[in-house]
Amino acid sequence: MKPETEAELAEIVADLKEPVRIAGGGTRGVAGPGTTIETSGLSGITLYEPGALTIVAKAGTPVAEIEAALEAEGQQLAFEPMDHRGLLGTVGEPTIGGVVAANISGPRRIQAGACRDFLLGVRYVDGTGRVVKNGGRVMKNVTGYDLVKLMAGSWGTLGVLTEVSLKVLPKPEATAAMAVQVPDAATAIQTLSAALKSPFEVSGAAYDPQTGRALLRVEGFTDSVAYRVDQLKSVLSDSGEIDEAEQPADLWRALRDVTAFHGQDGDVWRISVKPTDAPDIAARLQAYQTLFDWGGGLIWALASKATDLRARLGVHDGHATLVRVDAATADALGRFQPEPAGFKALTKGLRQKFDPRGLFNPGLMG
Amino acid sequence: MDMPTPNPDVLRRKALVQQRLLKVLPEDAVIHDPAETRAYECDALTAYKCPPMLAVLPSTTQEVSDVLRICCEEGVPVVPRGSGTSLAGGALPTADCVILGVARMNEVLEVDYDNRFIRVQTGRTNLSVTGAVEEDNFFYAPDPSSQLACAIAGNIAMNSGGAHCLKYGVTTNNLLGVKMVLMDGSVVEIGGTHLDSGGLDLLGVVCGSEGQLGVVTEATLRILRKPEGARPVLMGFDDNEVAGQCVSDIIKSGILPVAIEFMDTLCIRACENFAHAGYPDCAALLIVEVEGSDAEIDYQLSKIIEIAKRHNPVELRESQSAEESAKIWLGRKSAFGAMGQLNDYMCLDGTIPVSALPEVLRRIGEMSEEYGLPVGNVFHAGDGNMHPLILFDANKPGDLEKCEAFGADILKLCVDVGGCLTGEHGVGIEKRDLMSHQYTPADLEAQMTVKDVFDPKWLLNPAKVFPLSASEARRNALMAAE
Repeated sequence: MKPETEAELAEIVADLKEPVRIAGGGTRGVAGPGTTIETSGLSGITLYEPGALTIVAKAGTPVAEIEAALEAEGQQLAFEPMDHRGLLGTVGEPTIGGVVAANISGPRRIQAGACRDFLLGVRYVDGTGRVVKNGGRVMKNVTGYDLVKLMAGSWGTLGVLTEVSLKVLPKPEATAAMAVQVPDAATAIQTLSAALKSPFEVSGAAYDPQTGRALLRVEGFTDSVAYRVDQLKSVLSDSGEIDEAEQPADLWRALRDVTAFHGQDGDVWRISVKPTDAPDIAARLQAYQTLFDWGGGLIWALASKATDLRARLGVHDGHATLVRVDAATADALGRFQPEPAGFKALTKGLRQKFDPRGLFNPGLMG
Repeated sequence: MDMPTPNPDVLRRKALVQQRLLKVLPEDAVIHDPAETRAYECDALTAYKCPPMLAVLPSTTQEVSDVLRICCEEGVPVVPRGSGTSLAGGALPTADCVILGVARMNEVLEVDYDNRFIRVQTGRTNLSVTGAVEEDNFFYAPDPSSQLACAIAGNIAMNSGGAHCLKYGVTTNNLLGVKMVLMDGSVVEIGGTHLDSGGLDLLGVVCGSEGQLGVVTEATLRILRKPEGARPVLMGFDDNEVAGQCVSDIIKSGILPVAIEFMDTLCIRACENFAHAGYPDCAALLIVEVEGSDAEIDYQLSKIIEIAKRHNPVELRESQSAEESAKIWLGRKSAFGAMGQLNDYMCLDGTIPVSALPEVLRRIGEMSEEYGLPVGNVFHAGDGNMHPLILFDANKPGDLEKCEAFGADILKLCVDVGGCLTGEHGVGIEKRDLMSHQYTPADLEAQMTVKDVFDPKWLLNPAKVFPLSASEARRNALMAAE
C-alpha cells in the first residue's frame, strides 16, 4: 500500500484488519513478510528556511533530495545519517522518514548530536488511524511532552511518520583528518579520549583495528582547522606517529557506512557502550572484525552467524543491536537489546497506547 | 487561574498521611505546620499561591520511593519541586498535595573526564554542576538565567535552555541518563553513560515532562571541555526589523555563534540602569558571542562585523577584555531583575521562526498600545525564543487579568506564525489552557496517554500542562473510584 496523502494513510490504517510492515525506502533491513505500507508516496520538501536553519519534509522524501537542497545553501544534516545499502545489500531510495524512524546518526553524533537531537517536529498516524502532531519547526520548544524524541528511533512501532522537521547546520568550509598509529585498542581509545577532552572540537573520532589507526576529524573555517590540527598534534604527540589523512570526506563516508564490512560474511552488530569500556568489550566479543566510532562509544562488530554476542558482553552500560542478520536469528536473539523489566513495562505500555491493535511492525522491537 | 478543587477526603486524612510519611523519613524531613508549609506555597510565578497539605524533603532515592509509594496508596497528589524557580508555576501546590522537594539530594556522585560525563543527585543547582568540574576546564552547557539557584531536577522537568543553546542545545541534548522513581515507588534507570537508547527513547520523553511522569533523583549529564576563549560583540540598531534581518544574515553566513541575544529599548535602558554595562541607547541591541582561540574569534567576529555593517548599526563594539565581556553579559543576565525594578512583570517564553521576528515584534508593539501595558523584549534571537516582559501593577485591580489576556494574545501570535507557546520555561499552569491553541484534541490525547502509562492514577503534578477540561476525566477517575 502506498498512500499519496496523510489523509489517505489515516484511512488505510483505520481500516487495517491485520498487522503491517512500515517502510520508507526499505533500505534499513527490517522489511518482513506480509503487507507493507510504503511512505514513499508522501514526498516533497514543504518548507526550507536557510536563515532559520530549518527544513520540513514529508516522510517519504528521498534523503538525497534533502541533501541536494541543503547543499545548494551550503548547509547539511549535521548528524550525518548512514546509508545502509552497501552494508545490508539493500536497494531502494533511503527516505528522511526512515532516517528519523531509525534515529540514524553517523560519526558526527559524538560532537553535533544524534538525529533525535535535530528533530524539531513530527506528524504521524497512530495505530487507530488518528493524525497526531508534536513539536513544530522551531529550535526551542518545550510545549507539552516531547513525543518527537519518542518517535525518533521507534522504528515505526508507535506510528507511521508523515512529516518531519529538522534543524540543519552550515556545512563546514574545510575538513581535515588525522591518523595516529596506535598499538592496540586501549591506546586508541585513550588517544581519542584525549582529543575529545581537548578544546579543539573534534567532529569524528574512530579507530580501525585492521590498520591500527586512530582517526580524528576536524571541521570548520580553513584557518581554524589548520590551527586545531596543529594543536591536536601537540596534545597527542606521545600517542603515536601522526599523519594527516588524505581525502577526509571519503575516509569518513567509509566509516559512516561501515564499508569495511561490505560484502563480508557474518552477522553485523552495533554496540553502544561507555567509551572507556570499549577495548575490554571488543576483546570479549571474539568477532571476526570490529570498528570503533564515537570515540569508542560505538562498536561495529562482524561476527559469526547466529551467535549471541550479548551473552559474551556480560553486564555493561549500553546495548547491542543486530543490524544485519537473517530472519531466523533475528527471531531467536531479537534485533534489539532485551529491556529490564521496569523499562519494558513502560515501553510495552506506550506501544499499547499508540498502537492498541498491535498493527505496526509487530515483534520488531520486542 | 483555576485549580482543581482539593479532594476533601485527602484533606481529612492529613494526619494519617503525615504519620505514614514519618515512618519512612526523619522528623525534620516532614513539614506539616502551616507556618512552615507556606514556604512552599509558590514558585517564581508568584502571582499564584497555595500552601500544600504537607512538604517532604527526602535525602535518598529510597526515601523518595517510600514517599511516592505511600502517597500512591493513599491517593494523595504529589508535586515535585527542585529549587522552586519555575516561571510557569510548575511547582505550584494544590491544598491537598504533598510537595516533594529534592533540595537535600545535591551530591556529585561521579565525575569522568575520559567519558565526559558527571553523575549528580538532582537537587544540585545548575551552576554548581559546572562548579564541580570547572577547575579542570570542563562545564555543563545548559545555562538558564536562574542557574545560580535552579536545580537539575527542575531543568530536566522543564527541559531548560539558556543563552548558549544555539550551539550546545538544551537540557535534553545534554542528558545521558536518569534514575527515576515512578508514582508507585518503583525505580527505573533510563540511559546511562553510553549514547542513545537501545529501544524507545524514554529519556527523551521524560525530559520536559514537567514532573508528571516520575521524580528524577539522579542524572548523568554530558560535560564539555571549555573553549579556549569566548568574546561578544555588541551591536545597536535604530530599528527592530533591521536587527532581525542582521540575525538571519549572520546565521545564513555559515557562522554558528554560541549566542545571539536581543534586547529592545525598554530592556536596554532598564539593564543599563541596573548593571551599567555600557549599552547604547537605541531601538535594538544584539549581543553576539563566538568561541575558540583568539585567532578563530578574530576571524568569526570580523565576518560578523562585516555583516552587521551592511545594516548600518548605530553602535558596533567588540569586547576588548574579559572584564568588558563579563559586564556585557551581566547586563543581559540581569534583565529580569532590572525589569522587576520598573514594575511587576510577567515573563513570556514563546518561540517563533526567526524569519517572523519583525512581524511579531511589530504586532507586540501594537498590542501593547491596545492593552495600555508596556512590554520589554529580551530574547535568544538565534533560535527565535522570545521573552516579552509585560509590565503591570499587581496592586492595581484588574491589571493582572489584563496582563494575562495580553500575554495569551502574544503566545497565540507565536503559534500562529509557526512557533510555539513555550521555548524553555515549560507550560506549568501558566500556559496550560492555551495548549488547545497549539494542539488538537488528538495531539493532547497522545501526550496524555504517555502519562497514563507512567502514572495511571494521575497523581504526579496532575493539574499542570494540559487544559483542565482536557485532563479532568483522568484526574477525577481516582476520586470517582473511591
